[in-house]
Amino acid sequence: MALDSGKPKFKYIGTRPNRPDGLDKVTGRARYGADISAPGMLHGAILRSPHAHAKILKIDASKALALKGVKAVVTRADFADGLSGEDWNIQENCMAGEKALYDGHAVAAVAATSALIARDAIKLIDVDYEPLPHVTDVDAAMAEGAPVIRDGAADYSVPEGLHPNVVRYFESGRGDLDEGFAKADLVLKRHYTTEAAHQGYIEPHACLAQLGADGKGELWCCTQGHWYVRQMCAAALGLEVSQLKVTPSEIGGGFGGKTTVFIDPVALALSRKAGGKPVKLVMSRSEVLRATGPTASASMDIKMGMTKDGKITAASGTYRMQGGAFPGAPVDETTVLAFANYNIEHVHHVGYDVMSNRPKQAAYRAPGAPMAAFGTESIIDEMATQLGLDPLEIRLKNAVKEGVRATYGPKFPAVGLIETLEAAQSHDNYAVPLGPNQGRGVASGFWLNWGGDTSASVAISEDGTVAVTVGTPDIGGSRASMALMAAEAFGIPYENVRVHIGDTASLGINEPTHGSRATYASGLAVIQSAKECIQKLSKRAAEAWGIDPDAVIWEDGFARPSGPNAGEFEPMSIAEIAGNMSSSGGPISGHFEASPETYGGSFGTHVVDVEVDPETGRTTVLRYLVVQDAGKAIHPSYVEGQFQGGAAQGIGWALNEEYIYGEDGRLQNPIFLDYRVPVASDLPMIDTVIVEVPNPGHPYGVRGVGETGITPPLPAIANAIAAATGVRFTKLPLTPPRVLAGIKAAKNA
Amino acid sequence: MPEIHLWSGLRHLAGGEEIVAVEGNTIGQMLDALVAKHPRLEPAIKAGVSVAVDGQIKPNNRASKVSEESEIFLLQKLRGG
Repeated sequence: MALDSGKPKFKYIGTRPNRPDGLDKVTGRARYGADISAPGMLHGAILRSPHAHAKILKIDASKALALKGVKAVVTRADFADGLSGEDWNIQENCMAGEKALYDGHAVAAVAATSALIARDAIKLIDVDYEPLPHVTDVDAAMAEGAPVIRDGAADYSVPEGLHPNVVRYFESGRGDLDEGFAKADLVLKRHYTTEAAHQGYIEPHACLAQLGADGKGELWCCTQGHWYVRQMCAAALGLEVSQLKVTPSEIGGGFGGKTTVFIDPVALALSRKAGGKPVKLVMSRSEVLRATGPTASASMDIKMGMTKDGKITAASGTYRMQGGAFPGAPVDETTVLAFANYNIEHVHHVGYDVMSNRPKQAAYRAPGAPMAAFGTESIIDEMATQLGLDPLEIRLKNAVKEGVRATYGPKFPAVGLIETLEAAQSHDNYAVPLGPNQGRGVASGFWLNWGGDTSASVAISEDGTVAVTVGTPDIGGSRASMALMAAEAFGIPYENVRVHIGDTASLGINEPTHGSRATYASGLAVIQSAKECIQKLSKRAAEAWGIDPDAVIWEDGFARPSGPNAGEFEPMSIAEIAGNMSSSGGPISGHFEASPETYGGSFGTHVVDVEVDPETGRTTVLRYLVVQDAGKAIHPSYVEGQFQGGAAQGIGWALNEEYIYGEDGRLQNPIFLDYRVPVASDLPMIDTVIVEVPNPGHPYGVRGVGETGITPPLPAIANAIAAATGVRFTKLPLTPPRVLAGIKAAKNA
Repeated sequence: MPEIHLWSGLRHLAGGEEIVAVEGNTIGQMLDALVAKHPRLEPAIKAGVSVAVDGQIKPNNRASKVSEESEIFLLQKLRGG
């Protein structure tokens, strides 16, 4: 599965054809989660806790059940018993057991003949709560005397003496910090915080579920990974996994937040209790914000030493991250990636996974990496300013490259950080003169990427066109990428390939579209499946010609004799071979089932110019540049789209997005009017440069590109604001009131 | 014998050793041998680890081959994201 040969030349890869799902999406024909219906369908609604932390003493659903049209009510008693570990965590998060653990935690659900009746019915369910003390801040949750979310949740890693809300502890590093800091001309130590940010996908979670008393069921839902949904639902409900078939709908964004389940087991439980009638469940936006995973918030202490010419001599970081009322904050990735951009001899990381009375965190685009980057890239920028050094030069001086030992241990293979820094340095944006109240910020970021369980199938049709089936839902244009890779492998036009997302009964298991893996892993699977098909097609031609299959080569969609010694035969097209396949041995298809591990990480460097209004503290993004290593851009438009999307989300996280909890522990901004994601008018056109340092572990050199783009914006924006205002901000988001207060405080200092 | 580099937080569970030499031709055999040699590491291994072999991070592949020449690092359990 190595790179086919050096840096291959391509015919279809790197072109920009229309996406195959484009027409459906712009005409409204595409079917998203809430578009799926079934005859006799019921509608579900979920009752959610108004308390941040409370014992559930009693649930009385008699009045709801008496309402005309109500067909079923479920509580935790309707789910499987005896789960442990992450299965229990997911079940508990979907439906509370003994305690409500956060504002919005599901406590009961209703299925009724209309959505209106279901919503009325949940108001008739009486729940006796005993409110408990709560905590929503990560530092407060670790402090002595903080309310305990769940005693005994800590794993082996937590040292004695820490608060029970600390459920995992991690420490890693190398070298001698004292020796490293002693070599520095400048040592800085800073405290940084980032707030929880939601993935902010346009489409709320939605599903249609049917489950009979015989344990056989079907589920249609919007998800990044329907095999994960199947496994999680089967565990939560005590089903045999293969008895549940899950079909993904089109998906209106996921960004990691749709790699898990929130409502799907509830809808299945309602269906089972309603005698097997299908139940549709659709979340409102406020339910999405209150009860589905944002990412973790972080509290970090970073210390770095640097020589006066910009060499980093040592770095340490302590990362405290809350991931809601369950273990799982992405502290592993945060600590691994914290200083991974740089070649540092003496380095140390400490991480704490902390529980609080917030919703269970879910993956969000490069989970854990943006927080780490905010600390590291902010302190580097401040040191560069103090030492009078160019921020890109300082990064170039320390950047990792092939053969350098990563801060997390192993040596890097071929990577492209230096190439992104050089491309940023030579880009026009880096030379634009700045005016008053304007500032420029730069930052770099990294994501390891991922392989994971992957299955694909490629089938030759009778006319020589090709049907590809993959198991990774298409979120960002991956059907176009798969079709391009298949077209390239076969040497046939892109239009002759149609790509489908298979259901859970169609292929072997697949991990979700996560970890920036779809184009890498499913793409690799498609290429390998196509190669298997080509081998079979070539064999059919050889048999027709009466020559050895090894004497046949495949070029541009044709089987050809490999040379004069093989014999003189007219090349045979894929259509000709396919047209005769029934009479020459039967169907022709290729498959791939494996867990590819040759993924390559992607580095990126961002440059942003901002203007800060000194009267209001409002930040305007003037221009924004993303430079990132794609390995090989299969469909450059969708690579650029990933770069721009990551930057847009990171800008939102940096400037406005945050979960605001009141003293009562309830979320105060559960709608998009108050939870402020960037809209088109907030952003300039985001400029992009695709760097291509091929991944030697993919036939066409592909690296994942989906996640790295959200890593640099948090520090890049903060660094630009520092340059514009002269004030260094260490707490996100940089809302106008916060920036204005900082400017005023600096003036009064 | 292949040598496994432990992350620093694990070393106190391995008698202070930073690098542990163990028998094994696969990641799985090597991890089993590591636990046999240092039983206090069992919860960490059971909780899940990623293994970097010659620079390539392998999140969950006990069957993956290793050799005496392989450079092997244990990393915490990484997820797809």
